[in-house]
Amino acid sequence: MRNLSSAPRLAVTLLALPGLAGAQPAGPPQGGAPEDFANVEIHTLKTQGHVFMLVGAGGNISVQVGKDGVLMVDAEYPQLSGKILAAIRRISDGPIRYIVNTHYHADHTSGNQNLRKVGSTIAGGNVAGDLGAEASEGASVIAHNNVLGRMSGALGKAAAMPQDAWPTDTYVGDEKKLWFNDEGVEIIHVPSAHTDGDSIVYFRKSDVISTGDLFVTTSYPIIDVAAGGTINGYLDGLQKIVDLIVPVYGQEGGTLVIPGHGRLCDLGDVLNYREMATIIRDRVQDMIKKGMTLEQVKAAKPTFDYDPLYGTTTGFWTTDRFVEAVYQTLLPNKERGDGKK
Amino acid sequence: MDQVRQIKIARLPSLILAAALSSGATFAQVNLGGVWQNQLDEDFPDRLAGPELGDYAGLPINAADRLRGETWDASLLTLPEYQCRVHPADYASAFADIRIWEEYDRDTQNLVAIHLHHFAWGTERTIWMDGRPHPPEYALHTAMGFSTGKWEGDILTVTTDHLKEGWFRRNGLARSDRAVVTEHFIRHENGLTWVTVVNDPAYLVEPLYRSRDYVFSVAGQIAPYPCESVEEIIRPKEAIPHHLPGTNSFLKEYQAKHGIPEEAAMGGPETMYPEYRSKLAGAGAGPAK
Ligand SMILES: [Zn+2]
Repeated sequence: MRNLSSAPRLAVTLLALPGLAGAQPAGPPQGGAPEDFANVEIHTLKTQGHVFMLVGAGGNISVQVGKDGVLMVDAEYPQLSGKILAAIRRISDGPIRYIVNTHYHADHTSGNQNLRKVGSTIAGGNVAGDLGAEASEGASVIAHNNVLGRMSGALGKAAAMPQDAWPTDTYVGDEKKLWFNDEGVEIIHVPSAHTDGDSIVYFRKSDVISTGDLFVTTSYPIIDVAAGGTINGYLDGLQKIVDLIVPVYGQEGGTLVIPGHGRLCDLGDVLNYREMATIIRDRVQDMIKKGMTLEQVKAAKPTFDYDPLYGTTTGFWTTDRFVEAVYQTLLPNKERGDGKK
Repeated sequence: MDQVRQIKIARLPSLILAAALSSGATFAQVNLGGVWQNQLDEDFPDRLAGPELGDYAGLPINAADRLRGETWDASLLTLPEYQCRVHPADYASAFADIRIWEEYDRDTQNLVAIHLHHFAWGTERTIWMDGRPHPPEYALHTAMGFSTGKWEGDILTVTTDHLKEGWFRRNGLARSDRAVVTEHFIRHENGLTWVTVVNDPAYLVEPLYRSRDYVFSVAGQIAPYPCESVEEIIRPKEAIPHHLPGTNSFLKEYQAKHGIPEEAAMGGPETMYPEYRSKLAGAGAGPAK
């Protein structure tokens, strides 16, 4: 119920920031913006506990709601902020307090700038006294420190994203913990996986994990090699997700998993995906051991049996690009020459 | 108010008469409720003993699925997370007894759902009969999937989607999570035939048809099916047992043991049809037993 007065500001914000569709950097393996945002609908799916899944264009958004307000995981594109806010308002009229970014890609973060502004940071006492209204202006945007590095252009070669979209609250190390809406929220860093700044978000009481692009159901594992992603780090991330899950029986129920792209999942889906990614990693590893070149590896089709599920020759993450990323990040250090493990 | 009540009371006898006339005769649906005993005569080795490695004969799989099978290692099932993996809805008919019960709306006596409990892994399915739509694609997929049914004469026809990845045969031939399954439940007195038709755009070239038979059991009971995972083999947590392509030495055993030509053992749509035998014989490829 608090802070409803901030909602009308969104319209102004959207008007003031038109034409950001083309603002995403060209290089990273991230979802391309849809051609026509007008046709995108935001669908809401209740998962369990306090957590909803919003499906639109770009990365899935997780929304945790309750008496403290709204915590979002990722924010899609700025052109969709109005529709996303409308979807959130159908499940909560509380203030947006936190936006957690799972990584830096624009299809997950470029909506930060609008949605952050309609929210507010929890502040009071001396802080609010010293800073006045600014102390609580805008929601906190939490991410691993490397997300700030990538979005600001301090890390890597990608162009900086608009400053309004940058994280306001970063962490280093293994994880950051929050208590929000009567449950523990663990923001867990997975190194060198999809990128070098990945976080998964675990809602402990709701028993829902939001994975970002460390797990997707729509393509092969997306590995942003230029931003520090590796296949082995990606597999470690999948293992981390598996370790957090407790199923009801067999491989089903219990902990639910919201992937970066695709449908709501549980343990069985993550296991199948981990199986596929491990098997392909092992095949490429074996081919590298035999001295095969990248072209020879591609010609040997190490993904052949999974191509009906995840393979594609079009779009931003083709089968070839995936095989290249696996090959490149499995090559011994000296051959790759980037100093990573 | 009194007038309304009078009208209702006045209409009652004719309603009772109508109901009496219609009972037991003309509805195009049959009662499926009860415990049904699984008959294992059909495809016995595949079902109880379990299929042999490298036997894909008679299955309309594509080349990608064949590679899934060839690189599959049965040791996968020793991983704790895989030990209690349930048989998916489209494979559950292979095995054991089932209980079917019907759920009616108390006021209207309309059939809302048909439920099915399977002895193996204690799985339960709901077949919605109330015309509800299937969930959106982004909803959870499960081993049992989402099922809706309708009566076609006295045959119950069921459509199931939202399935998790499963298998066509328990020797590594994967069935994808995109499959849509059509089932027909056909009751003949105390017999029940359960026909399953799997359409899988990822791994099948043609639909896979299977039929299974059950006999009504007046005193049948279904036992519980507890399953608890244990550490069977100590290995690194991340290890996934599988064979690298071309290295699975067990694939030929089935062909040698039964005198089945490799081409036939490897399956594919052609191997489903009776004419395939004569084609093999004509090519001098040796007898298909
Ligand atoms: Zn991404």
